[in-house]
Amino acid sequence: MSLTLAIVNGRVIDPASGLDAPCDIAIADGRILALGAPPAGFAPQRVVDARGLVVAPGLVDLCARMREPGAEGALRGEMRAALAGGVTGLACPPDTDPPLDEPGLVRMLRQRSREAAGARLYPLGALTAGLAGQALAEMHTLAQVGCVAFCQTAALPANLGTLLQALRYASTFDLPVWLRPVDASLVGDGVAGDGPLASRLGLPAIPVVAETVALHTIFELQRTAGTRIHICRLSSAEGVALVRAAKREGLPVTADVSVQHLHLVDENIGYYDSNCRLDPPLRSAQDRAAIRAGLADGTLDAVCSDHAPVSQEDKLLPFGEARAGASALETLLPLILAWAQAQAVPLVRALGAVTAAPARILGEDTGMLAPGRKADLVVFDPQASWTVQPEAFHSSGHNSPFAGQTMTGRVRYTLVGGEVRFEAAT
Amino acid sequence: MQVLTRSPQLNSDGGLHHLLSIAELPRPLIERILTTADGFIAVGTREVKSVPLLRGRSVFNLFFENSTRTRTTFEIAAKRLSADVYNLNVAASSTAKGESLLDTIDNLTAMQADIFVVRHAQGGAPYLIARHVAPHVHVVNAGDGRHAHPTQALLDLYTIRHYKGAFEPLSVAIVGDILNSRVARSDIDALRTMGVTDLRAVGPLTLLPAGLETMGVRVCTRLEEGLRDADVVIMLRLQNERMRGALLPSAAEYFRNYGLTPQALRHARPDCIVMHPGPMNRGVEIDSAVADGPHSVILPQVSFGIAVRMAVLSMVASSQQEGAQRA
Repeated sequence: MSLTLAIVNGRVIDPASGLDAPCDIAIADGRILALGAPPAGFAPQRVVDARGLVVAPGLVDLCARMREPGAEGALRGEMRAALAGGVTGLACPPDTDPPLDEPGLVRMLRQRSREAAGARLYPLGALTAGLAGQALAEMHTLAQVGCVAFCQTAALPANLGTLLQALRYASTFDLPVWLRPVDASLVGDGVAGDGPLASRLGLPAIPVVAETVALHTIFELQRTAGTRIHICRLSSAEGVALVRAAKREGLPVTADVSVQHLHLVDENIGYYDSNCRLDPPLRSAQDRAAIRAGLADGTLDAVCSDHAPVSQEDKLLPFGEARAGASALETLLPLILAWAQAQAVPLVRALGAVTAAPARILGEDTGMLAPGRKADLVVFDPQASWTVQPEAFHSSGHNSPFAGQTMTGRVRYTLVGGEVRFEAAT
Repeated sequence: MQVLTRSPQLNSDGGLHHLLSIAELPRPLIERILTTADGFIAVGTREVKSVPLLRGRSVFNLFFENSTRTRTTFEIAAKRLSADVYNLNVAASSTAKGESLLDTIDNLTAMQADIFVVRHAQGGAPYLIARHVAPHVHVVNAGDGRHAHPTQALLDLYTIRHYKGAFEPLSVAIVGDILNSRVARSDIDALRTMGVTDLRAVGPLTLLPAGLETMGVRVCTRLEEGLRDADVVIMLRLQNERMRGALLPSAAEYFRNYGLTPQALRHARPDCIVMHPGPMNRGVEIDSAVADGPHSVILPQVSFGIAVRMAVLSMVASSQQEGAQRA
């Protein structure tokens, strides 16, 4: 739809250029036509008055599960959740059922995504067939049908020979590989971060070495294979330090962290709150401090929602049996604002961690506001406060570690390709 | 982000509504449980071994994990209080058919359950149940995963108080598989709350969880060091069924290093007492000569356990939560 639209009177924040100023935006043919004064004769079909609101690039989420294929029909609700959260682009990990390891599945997912008219969907292909860590997936073919990177989702494959070959094969076509830094043999049956809380509650613990050993392995293999690698969802101070050292060494590496880990620690588990059963597990206050410092100094590039809808049947269980994950798309933006507020991070920088930086990692020309760019935008009220009620989520998962808490910052409009796809009821 | 402040096991007056863990119980409440148990000791020695405190109430023993001793002592305790007692071996019935834990609880609540005595392989399961049940229903934790076994800790306190009097001056050693032991966690919480400052955890590093020091415990890897001048020695069962592989090379090597023999016990005080939550593995964590010897108070522990469980059941049953009108 080639609607023309103007967003006027807003405070425009563009992390990519550092812009933070009152400014009007003219949009035509799905793209940004002009920032500031519109071209002569521009007569928009619709004008959005953004007085008192912030206008920013739509959020780009490096990890949001749509649960399709697997839970057919879920994608629409998750896309509604994305738009309601101001997310205009999201990377879907291949931990679906079946995993995204063949072109037909990827085509089907993209088709369903287009029909849902939600956020842009960036499929992540499986690195190995069935994610089983045994045989390579058809990476080149998958890339041709739209996979933007290749993942091993839960942990590194036990067979490191396969991993090394997968990295070499990806390098052949200059395909990026995204890895979770997890050594499964060191996780064992662990369900909570190692530390006093896990010891007190008697929860089987996941030691930090499960992350650091995996990072050492990844970087060592990367030194020989030369692959571009993105590290998904760090959880520990030691892990942040290893990524910092790898970047200093010049390895082509980027890294992200989930917004939950930016805010929560293991003590939030309290009396076995299974809403805090997450993967990676929550760790200590020192680990959280290191994650925040890593974001501040650029060691960590981006923050993702790690959106993982879980049914109540899978969540209302004893902590150790509950499925890991939380619905997080609808709380991503206010949690970024809360972090900026608490750590005195300028808004223009904080928003960069969920816009320009993840778009750069995806290699997409979104996440920024400039003439000619795709008009993917979020318009939000930075002052509006609301209470998290997971039962009211658009997502099929009705659980959140932040249930009942007050958030500041609420999405008013979400635009994808110049089209208003979400508009809050006022 | 917020953390719950009031323990879910206490009612708004600070009384015991559920018993889920020792960790959050204030000392006066623990003392009240022990004093209440005093009054029930005599019941067991009378010709008519029951009192009518729980007449007409239903106690469901809900064991998702097998147990003979704990279930039996809870059953005896409830019967001596004149409750109607139902034993459900859930491990073998509904959950095997795929019924969820909370569905099972709902069904039993519909059968007018007043108290659930719960054992579950997962730490925290009794908290989930306590959050879920109606306000007039009470939950007593009979052991959850590696987390807590609060009535065992209470009977251990009762036993120690019986033989040693005051807690504060005591040196207490807990020996064995601390990592996998809910008894150890509850004993540590209980003894710390009662003012024991010299508390040692003894075992190989593979059986000691991270952060024990933050629980107010001194970690010892040598048995002699851990036992030195101890007044109380609590031995833990080496739970073979909980071992996840490579924690110990063999039971024999374990016994040579950590088995409580008469020789090892000489490092403790001459008037020390030796306790064990049972069932014992003779020749693995404890030598028969010690288990049956003059320092052993293992059988009195079992008798005290009934009175302590009577105290807990009668106290939770008398707790009124706001809005706790029976349907």
